[in-house]
Amino acid sequence: MIGLARFYLAAILVFLYLPIVVMMAMGFNESSLYELPFHFSTKWYVALAGNDQLISAGINSIVIAVITAVVSTILGTMASVALARRTFKGKTLLQLMLLPPIAIPWLITGTAMLVFFFWTGIGRGMHALLIGHVALAIPYVVLVVGTGFQTIRADLEEAAMSLGSTPIHAFFSVTLPLLAPSILGAALFAFAVSLDQFVISYFLATPGFTTLPVQIYSAIRKGFTPEINAISTILLIGSMAAILVFAIFARPGGVSDKR
Amino acid sequence: MTNVEVSSVAKTYGRTPVLADISTDFTEGSFTSLLGPSGSGKTTLLRIIAGFITPDSGKVAIGGQDVTETPVWARNIGMVFQSYALFPHMTVAENVAFGLARRGIRGAEARQQVDRALEMVRLPGFGDRKPKQLSGGQQQRVALARAMVIKPSVLLLDEPLSALDRRLRQEMQVELLRIQRETGLTTIFVTHDQEEALTLSDKVAILDRGRIVQIGAPAEVYERPKTRFAAQFLGDSNFLNGTIANGGVRLADGTLVRCHGPLSSTGNSATLAVRPEKMSILPAGTSPEAGLNALAARIETVIYAGPALTYVLVTPDGTSLKLFAQNRDGTVLASGTDVTLAWSPDHTIAVED
Repeated sequence: MIGLARFYLAAILVFLYLPIVVMMAMGFNESSLYELPFHFSTKWYVALAGNDQLISAGINSIVIAVITAVVSTILGTMASVALARRTFKGKTLLQLMLLPPIAIPWLITGTAMLVFFFWTGIGRGMHALLIGHVALAIPYVVLVVGTGFQTIRADLEEAAMSLGSTPIHAFFSVTLPLLAPSILGAALFAFAVSLDQFVISYFLATPGFTTLPVQIYSAIRKGFTPEINAISTILLIGSMAAILVFAIFARPGGVSDKR
Repeated sequence: MTNVEVSSVAKTYGRTPVLADISTDFTEGSFTSLLGPSGSGKTTLLRIIAGFITPDSGKVAIGGQDVTETPVWARNIGMVFQSYALFPHMTVAENVAFGLARRGIRGAEARQQVDRALEMVRLPGFGDRKPKQLSGGQQQRVALARAMVIKPSVLLLDEPLSALDRRLRQEMQVELLRIQRETGLTTIFVTHDQEEALTLSDKVAILDRGRIVQIGAPAEVYERPKTRFAAQFLGDSNFLNGTIANGGVRLADGTLVRCHGPLSSTGNSATLAVRPEKMSILPAGTSPEAGLNALAARIETVIYAGPALTYVLVTPDGTSLKLFAQNRDGTVLASGTDVTLAWSPDHTIAVED
């Protein structure tokens, strides 16, 4: 039984990571047609350095993902605080309305945004992409931070207040430090949602301002070159580094503290 | 060291009244237990005194100063929570120093006070540990030190011992009493454990459905309950129902039972409360010493617990009674035996329903 379970686990890991490893390896293969035998070469990275379109799309993607992560984490955390600690009119409605966007297909959200932005005159381009991505990421932030809140007892803030903290001081000195791992996780989630985003970006990008997934998609239509493997590898290493940072930060005083 | 005065405090959630017109004075240096079943409003009253809840009407004064409109953080209270509520991301010393820092006390001065507080709760040298490295009892001690180090005007305890096991709880009761006596802090203690309330406090307030039904010294409340609820909630009690006649209460079977204190007018119905340990068993048909009440009964069940015996009895009119007896001579009466119960009128209390 254990042998079988190990086989399954190994198979899952192979299917998850082998394509990525192959993709990364081919970025270092000399052949443009992914031919074997493997000849190590960094020529695709050199070529990438000269591919302004891919690079600027990559920078756009990162800039948008960073801004989206920051803005949606702040807004989403504020919403989570209100939902977890305050009572106000329409709270249940807000709670109900914040989560379904996660389940709505991006194609539908994207079409709706395009129509709405066109109709309101917001149009397309960087600002439209930012609005779209932030709106898309907030429900994820609320979900992650809200789950984090459930592990923090409300009486901790009350204890702080009984010792002389104003509600604001109690929040910043007690709740926020305990919530930090969840907030960091939410920010990472928002960053990933934005960086990954293709459908909505495809609708809202302009020829002058596009993101990496959109650029890769149009590049593939013209013909696949290993430059794409190269930029994907760079992106992948960046993402992995971010997750590593999160794992290190999340451990001390982390989510497992319930008291 | 200050008194706490609550006057005509009322609180309603939606349409449910939680507290109705509560007025009482917690005198300086006293240890008062608020005792009642869940939903009686005891926690709400404590939270109103703390400042977490604003009453709909009425006033709260600490040390003669009206604090009804003062928020929690400006009231200078020490509060200990049921869940301890220690900050998990801070060390024990940082937890205790939290309130000091809010009062501008930092550095060496703060360290000294923290050490003294930890010594007081018998946890010297625990300052560098994290709360989760401590046992439940130790965490509660830290919570107590954190509440006491700020020299609060009043110490509020919200069922602080209920999360501890029996042995630890008794240990903490002794500790709590020692610290309260040493500091002389006015203390208000919420509990649903009647034994805890009796052993710890100078005064017990019994709450029922948002009202204080009785407040007084533990012995006074126990020996002279005012209402059926108070008699039942604090300890065990037998109740005899009858009508007032000839300066006593005539039961359904015709027995006249005399009681402590005056009764209302003849002909009215009355309920008498008698503690189970106050009654003694005589052989059936014996007339007891002059002046004692006597009542015929039959033993239904005997619960043998070594040093103590509990008899469950039934009177001819069907009233069920309980009797606690010391197992002094090793004889246990069999169930089914007819007996006569005797007890002093002084231990027979007329209670309101």
